[in-house]
Amino acid sequence: MTLSEESAQAPSVVVEDLPDSVEVATEEGRRMAAQLHDKQPHAKRLLEVRNLTTQFFTREGVVHAVDEVSFDLDYGETLGLVGESGCGKSVTALSLVRLVPSPPGRIVSGQIIFDGVDILKLSNAEMRLMRGKKIGFIFQDPMTSLNPTLPIGFQISESAKLHLNLSRRAADDRAVELLSKVGIPRARDRMKDYPHQFSGGMRQRVMIAIALACDPMLLLADEPTTALDVTIQAQILDLIRSLSEEFGTAVILITHDLGIAAGMCHRVNVMYAGRIAETGLVDDVFEHARHPYSWGLMDSLPRLTDARSARLRTIEGLPPDLLDPGPECRFSPRCHYVTDRCRTAEPELSSREGEGHLARCFGTEPGGWIA
Amino acid sequence: MLTFIAQRVALSFLVLIGVVFVVFAVARILPGDPCVAALQERANPETCADFNARFGLDEPLPVQFGIFVSDLIHGDLGESIRYGRPISEMLIERMPVTIELTLLAMLWATTVGITLGVISATRRNSATDVGTMIGANIGVSTPVFVLGLLLIYLFAIVLKDTPFALPPGGRLTSGLVIVPLATSWGLEDLAGIPRVVIDFISNMYLVNSLITGQWEIFGDAFVHLLLPALALGTIPLALIARMTRSSLLEVLGLDYIRTARAKGLANRAVVMRHGLRNAILPVVTVVGLSLGALLSGAVLTETVFGLTGLGKTITDAILGRDYPVIQALTLITAMIYLVINLLVDISYAFLDPRIRVQ
Ligand SMILES: Nc1ncnc2c1ncn2[C@@H]1O[C@H](COP(=O)(O)OP(=O)(O)OP(=O)(O)O)[C@@H](O)[C@H]1O
Ligand code: SF4
Ligand SMILES: [Mg+2]
Repeated sequence: MTLSEESAQAPSVVVEDLPDSVEVATEEGRRMAAQLHDKQPHAKRLLEVRNLTTQFFTREGVVHAVDEVSFDLDYGETLGLVGESGCGKSVTALSLVRLVPSPPGRIVSGQIIFDGVDILKLSNAEMRLMRGKKIGFIFQDPMTSLNPTLPIGFQISESAKLHLNLSRRAADDRAVELLSKVGIPRARDRMKDYPHQFSGGMRQRVMIAIALACDPMLLLADEPTTALDVTIQAQILDLIRSLSEEFGTAVILITHDLGIAAGMCHRVNVMYAGRIAETGLVDDVFEHARHPYSWGLMDSLPRLTDARSARLRTIEGLPPDLLDPGPECRFSPRCHYVTDRCRTAEPELSSREGEGHLARCFGTEPGGWIA
Repeated sequence: MLTFIAQRVALSFLVLIGVVFVVFAVARILPGDPCVAALQERANPETCADFNARFGLDEPLPVQFGIFVSDLIHGDLGESIRYGRPISEMLIERMPVTIELTLLAMLWATTVGITLGVISATRRNSATDVGTMIGANIGVSTPVFVLGLLLIYLFAIVLKDTPFALPPGGRLTSGLVIVPLATSWGLEDLAGIPRVVIDFISNMYLVNSLITGQWEIFGDAFVHLLLPALALGTIPLALIARMTRSSLLEVLGLDYIRTARAKGLANRAVVMRHGLRNAILPVVTVVGLSLGALLSGAVLTETVFGLTGLGKTITDAILGRDYPVIQALTLITAMIYLVINLLVDISYAFLDPRIRVQ
């Protein structure tokens, strides 16, 4: 457990250098900055997302990629984001670290409270202290997410040098330690190797080492195994699970694959057309789904074959148009249970049986027409 | 890496042998009797027999090739028909100007071009970006001699008698004389290849005056090179700026740039460390090509600024049908491109580890 010990002892970066009289830091800013240094919880929840709305202003019009999304995440918890391609999973995750490509993207409104810090109010410099240090990110494609011209040792130690004020040597030692932790044999010898000298699975391990380099509180894993073949997928997921348990890191796991979500997560958010369609504990959502879209997802999961390889692409009908969502239920064009009511108004998320179990469907509301 | 370089050097050497062979062959295949071409109306069977014996043209072809190669190895490039002087002597006199001029032009083109390209790419659509790109497009399409004449007009005529005045041509202010290295170092008896090298360096005025501490000459030679270098460097500068911008813009959209940002790196580190290193490869190619183009003769610039370098030598040789000179310069140009290609390849391998392993 030397990793978290080291980061707990890491020298402070900002606050102590600031005399009290300096006007630059507001009281809140100072408090935020103070929190950037340690891993003690500062709030009831690690993450509270409220009405997050992220849009892309394109030539064709405004793409409502993430629309009024709210959810919570506890310290150390693993949350799944599932849904068809284009439903806004990646944009949600990118919004959390304010890395939505801009232009054309912009977080239009909402609130993101991370460990008591209002992410959307941070200056750019303060935000950079969050990225990599408090929030690690693993991307989908390990073949393209690593810089081809820099040795992987450098790429791993880079953020440790930056955020933990480690010397080159200490940062290198840490990178070696991380590399062996993520299961790369002969870690020290491989520090000088370049990404092309690693297989896809090994590169994703390197990505994980980068994401965990500063022992973050939250790990955002955007389809970390989609680009890998099935046997490797399981190994990478096991690695993410065991490291997040070991370090007490909360995880938001984005996946197409319900089997993965069921196996890894405490809670899941089912997203549809930029909105949360259903959310709840994994068991509630998988055993007692209360949204026709969730049922569709489950149906598309082939029961008799390996659940891990199921993809969510087989629901009838086209995914919705995010350019101009009307006032109706967004799933109505594809829903078997649609009624006139669904075509004139959009349902709100409302409670269902089970802790924090919410669904957005008139039909399954109390007194609804779906049993 | 060393094996890579060794391989490339070996390969370049093979190509060089090929080039030598082709140059030799082309000179023999070309229609027309070299004797007639050289002696013109003085050519008759008698003078031609003399001529052929003198230049070894009466020997069988393989022997001729052997002589040709052995002459080359000894630095003997033949004799100019027009001037009746050894070509190597002419090159010692004229190539150094071209080299100095080219290097200075490329120095400014590369530093300013890359800087502007980076600024344009990172502040896309800003005033700097738009201004740079408009400037670059004008730069690419302005003929060098127009630019050269404009510069002369501005710096030598309009700004005459101000501190900004710059000389319009030549290498040194008349009256100033640069001492050759052989004299400075008391090596006037030296001969052979070392002498050639020393004389060659002597004629690179900036280098010569720098190592011997002739400061007044250094300043004067530098000032004389400024306007031609400015004019000559403009087109490469514009090309480099455009290439840097487009290549960097492309790279900045890639996944690993997002990874770098997700680490919390500042924009500067993202652009310089992760972006530019990857974006620079096509720029290196442009730099190499421009370098080759300028070295093999900046005809217009040399003419406008009254310099006698390779460019003037080539035009004179072509206009005067000075075949031996044309042949020698073809060889030299080919060698310049070979060396530059080699350097470009090596810097590619240096910048991109994926190339090293192939
Ligand atoms: N740079 C962009 N410009 C315009 N629209 C974008 C951009 N990035 C994403 N979008 C739009 O935002 C919506 C959500 O995209 P997002 O990448 O979050 O989907 P996703 O759920 O992650 O899908 P996938 O499973 O394919 O990764 C999509 O409709 C997409 O078209
Ligand atoms: S609200 Fe109506 S259309 Fe929408 S999911 Fe429920 S039943 Fe289907
Ligand atoms: Mg995605």
